[in-house]
Amino acid sequence: MKIKLSYWSANILIVIFLLSIWFLSSFGAGILFTEYLDKFQIGGFKLGFWFSQQGSIITFVLIIILYCFLMNRLDKIYNSEEE
Amino acid sequence: MDLQFLTYLIAGASFALYIGIALWSKASSTNEFYIAGGGVHPVANGMATAADWMSAASFISMAGIISFMGRDGAVYLMGWTGGYVLLALLLAPYLRKFGKYTVPDFIGERYYSKIARFVAVLCLIFISFTYIAGQMRGVGIVFSRFLEVDINTGVIVGMIIVFIYAVLGGMKGITYTQVAQYCVLIFAYMVPAIFISILITGNPVPQLGFGSKILNEDIYLLDKLNLVLNDLGFNDYTGSTKSKIDVFCITAALMAGTAGLPHVIVRFFTVPRVRDARTSAGWALLFIAILYTTAPAVSSFSRLNFIDTIHNSEYQTTPQWFKNWENIGLISWLDKNKDGIIQYGPGKALENTKPIFSNQRGENGERVVLNKPSDNNNEIYIDRDIMVLANPEIAALPNWVIALVAAGALAAALSTAAGLLLVISSAISHDLMKKIFRPSINDKQELFYARLSAAIAIAIAGIFGIYPPAFVAQVVAFAFGLAASSIFPVLIMGIFSKRINSFGAVSGMVSGLIFTLSYIVFFKFISPELNSPDHWFLGISPEGIGVVGMLINFFFAIIISFTTKPPPDEIRNLVNKIRQPS
Repeated sequence: MKIKLSYWSANILIVIFLLSIWFLSSFGAGILFTEYLDKFQIGGFKLGFWFSQQGSIITFVLIIILYCFLMNRLDKIYNSEEE
Repeated sequence: MDLQFLTYLIAGASFALYIGIALWSKASSTNEFYIAGGGVHPVANGMATAADWMSAASFISMAGIISFMGRDGAVYLMGWTGGYVLLALLLAPYLRKFGKYTVPDFIGERYYSKIARFVAVLCLIFISFTYIAGQMRGVGIVFSRFLEVDINTGVIVGMIIVFIYAVLGGMKGITYTQVAQYCVLIFAYMVPAIFISILITGNPVPQLGFGSKILNEDIYLLDKLNLVLNDLGFNDYTGSTKSKIDVFCITAALMAGTAGLPHVIVRFFTVPRVRDARTSAGWALLFIAILYTTAPAVSSFSRLNFIDTIHNSEYQTTPQWFKNWENIGLISWLDKNKDGIIQYGPGKALENTKPIFSNQRGENGERVVLNKPSDNNNEIYIDRDIMVLANPEIAALPNWVIALVAAGALAAALSTAAGLLLVISSAISHDLMKKIFRPSINDKQELFYARLSAAIAIAIAGIFGIYPPAFVAQVVAFAFGLAASSIFPVLIMGIFSKRINSFGAVSGMVSGLIFTLSYIVFFKFISPELNSPDHWFLGISPEGIGVVGMLINFFFAIIISFTTKPPPDEIRNLVNKIRQPS
């Protein structure tokens, strides 16, 4: 029972960690602090504009890839402890 | 070869492919009809999800809308992709573990209540029909422009195609046609985007061309666009005009709505294992991101191209595409200063927004509009839906590219329509008939009801296509508000809380849905003249109000659950079970 509890808690921690990145890249960089980031320029993009129209989407893809990786590892650890 | 012939050829070949796949993958049991037997490969499911999800709104309307909204168009870009993060992290793996057939199935069992199941079915039908209306209108636009048939004929052809593969093949047929449709639509979207990117910036990758300098000029594309727009009296393309709270709420409503859309969620029931559901969500978002990172580039290219071609040019020398779209009523020109030259600028060209055409031609050969001219200098009305469709013509690309875009738009609309029809029919045959009204029916009879309700749903969708409501994307935006305020919160609470009970879930769904629906109906249909930031609740537009509806849903669900008795032990066990992947 103790192991199961810790699996779920670890799962929740992973989710909270990844959702914070999700929030910062979209609502943060793309909306709330976007004017501040506009002061920086990469290529033809103002940084805030880039985050709101491209950067956030790329970050989302990376978040899910990281999630799959972390969860598969967690599943492995959990399964080997149970056996 | 001429455009119409090529369009018939390419669209016809794609239709033959879809029907062929449907015949090959006919469903023979309810299990196959609802979830394709549960054996779909995660990559195939990712593609199918991407096609299922990317609708006529994503393919046809989105880039056009962003083109005219500039920076604020980001609400759609972030909102419609960010929802996948919520879906992958908070819903897909757990709902896959639960492993039944429909979304109301989960709500009905987790909240041990037929009423909860029934309310979920109502929400689902409401959301799916709002959404499907937009698809059918998209099919109509494409047919009428490219195949030069009547919009109604176009809708009927579309209905027949969907009927064949959705009714015969069920989820199994839909899954594999969606894989093919994804390939068609992404190819059709990327080819013109790459061409135009090379033409304007010399960079073959549209995502990079977006941030590059204009070919043979020492100025960045976006800076040039700002300059050109400022000259005409518009705001900066890269500047925001909406209030922060509204941008925030619309984005959040679209994200939560995306994660709560039943036709997307059920796609994750079709993969074999929990870990496949996670991987599959990653693939789906990757496939979607290819189009979604291209769209804003297309928006900026087409806005610049459009102004270059149209502004200050004589009507009589405008290219053929301008006249073609004028002929079907999606562009109009009113020569306010009688100089025979087209002037483009900010503001609506016409009173009442949409042009009302008479049968006559003006002195330059343009279609005469009966609307009163508005008091600004803008002479052009342009329907935002046509930007993507007209884009290859504006950039003077070869005919086969234009025909390809038509086939891609049809693939986008049909794949989404099929996915929606499937969840409607399975909600009726499985949740209403089997689980509520007639539990005694056997598998064969249930399958018959599933096919029957799919057929009826197609007929209703067709009526929406023939008598279309408003614009594609705007109609779709409602579906998100409703999904965000009704289904999304109860799914989340069902997984992450063991304390929420049936009373809480039902009152949450009902309060969230009623609030959101009345707000939208009030501002969009009852008093559209009040639809402005001064009258909105906290400055939140009807597009973003789903977030408030969602908070209301959470609030009532929690308050009512904690003041009534907790769910029985078997429900706590069920929740424990879905939290474990194996």
